[in-house]
Amino acid sequence: MAIEILKPGLMTTVRDIGRFGYRRFGVNPTGVMDPVAARIANVLVGNSDHDAVIEANFPAPEIRFQSDTIFAVTGGDFAPRLDGAEIRNWRTFRAEAGSTLSFSSKAGGSRCYIAVAGGFAITQWLGSSTTNLAASAGGFHGRKLAAGDVIEIGEPGVFSSVGVSPAPSILPRYHDFPTVRITVGPEFDRLSTASRNDLLNSTFTIGKNSDLMGFRLEGPSLTVDGETSFLSSAVTLGTIQLPPGGDPILLMSDHQTTGGYPRIGHVAAVDIPLAAQLGPSERIAFHLVEPEEAHKLLIAMERDLVMLRTACRLRSTKRI
Amino acid sequence: MKYPVPKIYCLGDSAMTIEFGVGIDEDVNQLAIACADQLDKTRFPGFIEAAPAYASTTVFFDPFQVYSEIGDHSRIRDHVRERIMLAAAATVETCPSIGRSVEIRTRFGGEFGPDLTELAARCGISESDVIEAFINREYRVFMLGFLPGFAYMGKVDERIAVPRRDVPRRSVPSGSIGIADDQTGIYPFDSPGGWQLIGRTDIKVFDKENVPPYFFSPGDRVRFVPE
Repeated sequence: MAIEILKPGLMTTVRDIGRFGYRRFGVNPTGVMDPVAARIANVLVGNSDHDAVIEANFPAPEIRFQSDTIFAVTGGDFAPRLDGAEIRNWRTFRAEAGSTLSFSSKAGGSRCYIAVAGGFAITQWLGSSTTNLAASAGGFHGRKLAAGDVIEIGEPGVFSSVGVSPAPSILPRYHDFPTVRITVGPEFDRLSTASRNDLLNSTFTIGKNSDLMGFRLEGPSLTVDGETSFLSSAVTLGTIQLPPGGDPILLMSDHQTTGGYPRIGHVAAVDIPLAAQLGPSERIAFHLVEPEEAHKLLIAMERDLVMLRTACRLRSTKRI
Repeated sequence: MKYPVPKIYCLGDSAMTIEFGVGIDEDVNQLAIACADQLDKTRFPGFIEAAPAYASTTVFFDPFQVYSEIGDHSRIRDHVRERIMLAAAATVETCPSIGRSVEIRTRFGGEFGPDLTELAARCGISESDVIEAFINREYRVFMLGFLPGFAYMGKVDERIAVPRRDVPRRSVPSGSIGIADDQTGIYPFDSPGGWQLIGRTDIKVFDKENVPPYFFSPGDRVRFVPE
C-alpha cells in the first residue's frame, strides 16, 4: 500500500503535529501550519493525532493511490478532484487503486492536508515523522516531496469508513481577512501608546517575503520605547516579534527556537489555524484577550475534537 | 543580592518563561539550565518540554491537558506558574551539573577564516594575536538556537569582540567558526550568516545520522585547539 507523487506541487511536505523535546538543542517542532485541520484529517480516517499527513501549499500536488485507500482532505480548499470528479474537503472517500487525487484551483485558504487511513509509514527521526527543512531531516528524506516519490501507507485501524464528515460548527472559521485573538507579549508594555493602538485597531497585510518561518506584517510601523533588542530567549509558534524596521513578524511553523526582538504579542493557539491559512497580500487584524479567555476557547475546541473522535469511532463500529 | 527575584511571564497561552536575570552570566545560565533539567525530570501533567536560554527557561505545555488535570480553565496560568516556582526552588538544592568538556580542532585564517585579516586590522593586533586571544580561554555553551545544533558560546576576549558583518554572507560553509560581539559559534550547515569567520572545524555540530544528532548541550565547556 502506497501513494505516488505524480506532480510535487510548489511546497509539499510530510508533517505531523510536531517534534517535541529538542528545542533546547535548537530543533524546533516544525509541525503542521494548521494543527486543527491536520488533526481532523487524521480523526476522520481513524488515525491517531500524531500520525503523519501531507501538507500541501498551492500549486498542490497530484497523487496516485497505488492501492484502495480511505483518505480525507482538510484545511484550505484547493478544489480537490478524484479521477477528475469533484470531491469536497472534510469528508472521507475511498480511492480505488490507480486513481488520482488532484487539485484544480485555490478556492480558499493556503494549506491543505491529506490523511490516509493507516497513516504514512515514515521512519521517525527524534520521535517524530515531521520534516525539518533546516536540518534536512525527518519526514520523507528530510525534503519536500518530488515527482516519483513513493510513500508507504501503514495498516489502517478498524475505525475508518467512507463518508465520515464532522459537523460544520466544529470546523475552524477560516476567513480571508480574519481577526485573530492575541495575548500580550512580554514587551507589549514597551509599545508606544500609538503603536499599541495601531496593533489592536489596524489591519496588517501578509508581506510577499513571508514563508513558513514567519509572516511579515505590513501596516502601520510600530515602535517600542527603550531597548529594541534583548538577550535571546525562547520564541514560539504565534509569537509576534518586532524587529527595528517596525514591521512585525508573526512566527509560524518553521520559526527559529530563539529570538532577541521585542515580543509584542502571541496569537492564541485556538486561532493559529486562521493565521495559517493566510497567504501573501491577505489581511489580518488582532483582538486582545486574557490568557484565561484563550484557554477557555482552546478547551472548547479540544472538547469538540474529543467528541468528533468518539463519533467517528461509533459510526465506524456500527458498520463492522 | 546578586540575583533579582525570578520573573515569570506568559509566552502566549501554551508556554511560560522564567527569567533569572537579564545579562550573560555563567551562574544565571546555570540556574536556567538546572531549572529546565528539574522540570524535565518532574514532568507535570501537560508538560511538553523545557528549553533553557541565556538567562531564562521556557516551559511549553498543553493547556487542555493541564485543564484535564485541574478542572478549572481560569487556573491554568497559576497552576503552571506554581510548577515552575517549585522547580526553580528545587534547583537551589540540586548540585549543579558541570558541563562536559570538549575540544574543537580548528584551522584558522585563510580560506577557513576569511574575516581573520580584517578583524585583526580592525582590532589593531596581529592575526596570531587574535588566534592567541581566541584559544586562550574556555568557552561556555550558554544556549542553542538559530539553527539546529548552533551553540551560542562565550565570552570572547573583549579585544577581539567585534560585531557581526554589515552585510551577511549568502552562504557560510558548515563548520565555520565565527565571532559576533562577545559570542562565538560554529555553523552546523551551509547557511546564510553574518558572523565574522576566523576558522573552521571538521566536527559536525549537527549530524542527522548521529544519535544524538547534536554535538553540544547547554552548559558544555569548550576549548579551541589549532590544528
